[in-house]
Amino acid sequence: MRLLMLFWEYFKNYAKSKLAYRADFWVEVFSDLLQQGINLVIILIMFQHTTLLGGWSQPEVIFVYGFFMVPFGIFSMFFNMWNFGERYIVKGEMDRILTRPAHSLFQVMLENLDPPSFVGSIIGMLVMASCLPYLDLKLTLLDGIVFIVLVLGAVLVYGGIYTMLSAISFFSDSPTGIVPLIYNVQSYGRYPINIYNKIIRFVLTWVVPFAFVGIIPASYFLEEKADNIASLALLTPVMGLIFFGLSIVIWNIGIRKYRGAGS
Amino acid sequence: MISAYIDFIRMRFLMMLAYRVNYYSGILIYAINIGAYYFLWKAVYGSQELIAGFTLGQMTTYLAVSWMARAFYFNNLDRDIANEIRDGSVAIQMIRPYNYLVVKMMQGLGEGLFRFMLFMIPGLAIVCLIFPVELPSDGRIWGIYLTMLIFSFLINSQINIITGLIAFFVENNAGFMRMKRVMVDLFAGVMVPIAFFPGWLEAIMQWLPFQAITYLPSALFTGRIPLGEAYSIYLIQIIWLVILYIPILFMWKAAKKRMFVQGG
Repeated sequence: MRLLMLFWEYFKNYAKSKLAYRADFWVEVFSDLLQQGINLVIILIMFQHTTLLGGWSQPEVIFVYGFFMVPFGIFSMFFNMWNFGERYIVKGEMDRILTRPAHSLFQVMLENLDPPSFVGSIIGMLVMASCLPYLDLKLTLLDGIVFIVLVLGAVLVYGGIYTMLSAISFFSDSPTGIVPLIYNVQSYGRYPINIYNKIIRFVLTWVVPFAFVGIIPASYFLEEKADNIASLALLTPVMGLIFFGLSIVIWNIGIRKYRGAGS
Repeated sequence: MISAYIDFIRMRFLMMLAYRVNYYSGILIYAINIGAYYFLWKAVYGSQELIAGFTLGQMTTYLAVSWMARAFYFNNLDRDIANEIRDGSVAIQMIRPYNYLVVKMMQGLGEGLFRFMLFMIPGLAIVCLIFPVELPSDGRIWGIYLTMLIFSFLINSQINIITGLIAFFVENNAGFMRMKRVMVDLFAGVMVPIAFFPGWLEAIMQWLPFQAITYLPSALFTGRIPLGEAYSIYLIQIIWLVILYIPILFMWKAAKKRMFVQGG
């Protein structure tokens, strides 16, 4: 409850500082969405030259992409900590955070809140809805609840991976270049993973589980495929809890190791 | 005067060299991106031999060489210029006895030289080991391709300069710069060859400068466009080089008139 109050206060502050530059907000929303739009255009172009992609039809692949956009938007809103090492460790802003009672990760998340990203989640749901007329799905109320659980699980998977990567900064303050590396891997998880070779499939499922953010949970709602990937879908919240839990443990160890930047 | 400009190339090259470690992971990132599109296109091909005039082997080569060309011609001139306009340091540079935009171009060239030698060439070698890339055995194709890359670099830098100069006319052009980046990658054909675009979009692309950056040189490199048509590609590149010079000239003139520095 107290966390919700804090979130609301930070959100109000964000709104106050951004309302002065309303045009910027929409420019940011638009340029965020342009990237996603172009990825969708590429999917459309690919399906001009084939009817199936690894056994998946065009509406199915677009549905999967739309699903991916929902957790990605929520994740981007809350975990906008790309410059964590630079700002909080090298410049020592972590000192300020640690003098306050709320959990340090929570404060860092709220200080970097990025509400424009959430628009992507809404567009993602519209993209999914636009595929429904082409897919023969019988959705029930239960599916709606499952959808929410899967999205939250996927957000936790994402958040866990990137919190772990941010926590590396506690142990080494030189830029490792691993964050942009992993960031580029995540695009692999938005497409049917049976198009990759065995090693990549294994890595995407169990090591850096980006498949649990796109293709695996989304397949729950779609027709069964040869590799029966949908059977893993309900593991999404479990994976989310494992990865996010692990990331908090690593973060807390890092906090104990943190000695300030001097000065 | 020329030697002063050449010094800007040298200085930027040495600066990049000092930060070369940052670019080692860059090679890996490019390989990851090439991989993403390689597997997607492999699945699209399935059992098809030929799509839009490309075999799967040519497509793989196209992706590898296009991404690695991007590793060479890519630069942040737009961001550099926009930052200098916003913090006002452009004013100091304007009163110095050199042409600001030429200096920017020279710095871009220094960065390009670095990117060519320590990013593109080793990157291409590594990517050839990972993916089934078919390099042309004809030395002429290599020679022509590399000269075309110089034009790719120049045209891309011109587009960056135009985007950067927009900062003179709007307070915040960060959005423009981001939009430009993703649009250029798509329209230049880095991820999808333009021949794969739907007919109407392909027709529009013929009238835009982006094809001259990646698609045309890469299509020649993979053999999709025969060597005999190299001269027409050169012609398209040179025409765009001249045309894009015009808005830069006008924007620079207008910018000098409305120059104001915030704070100071």
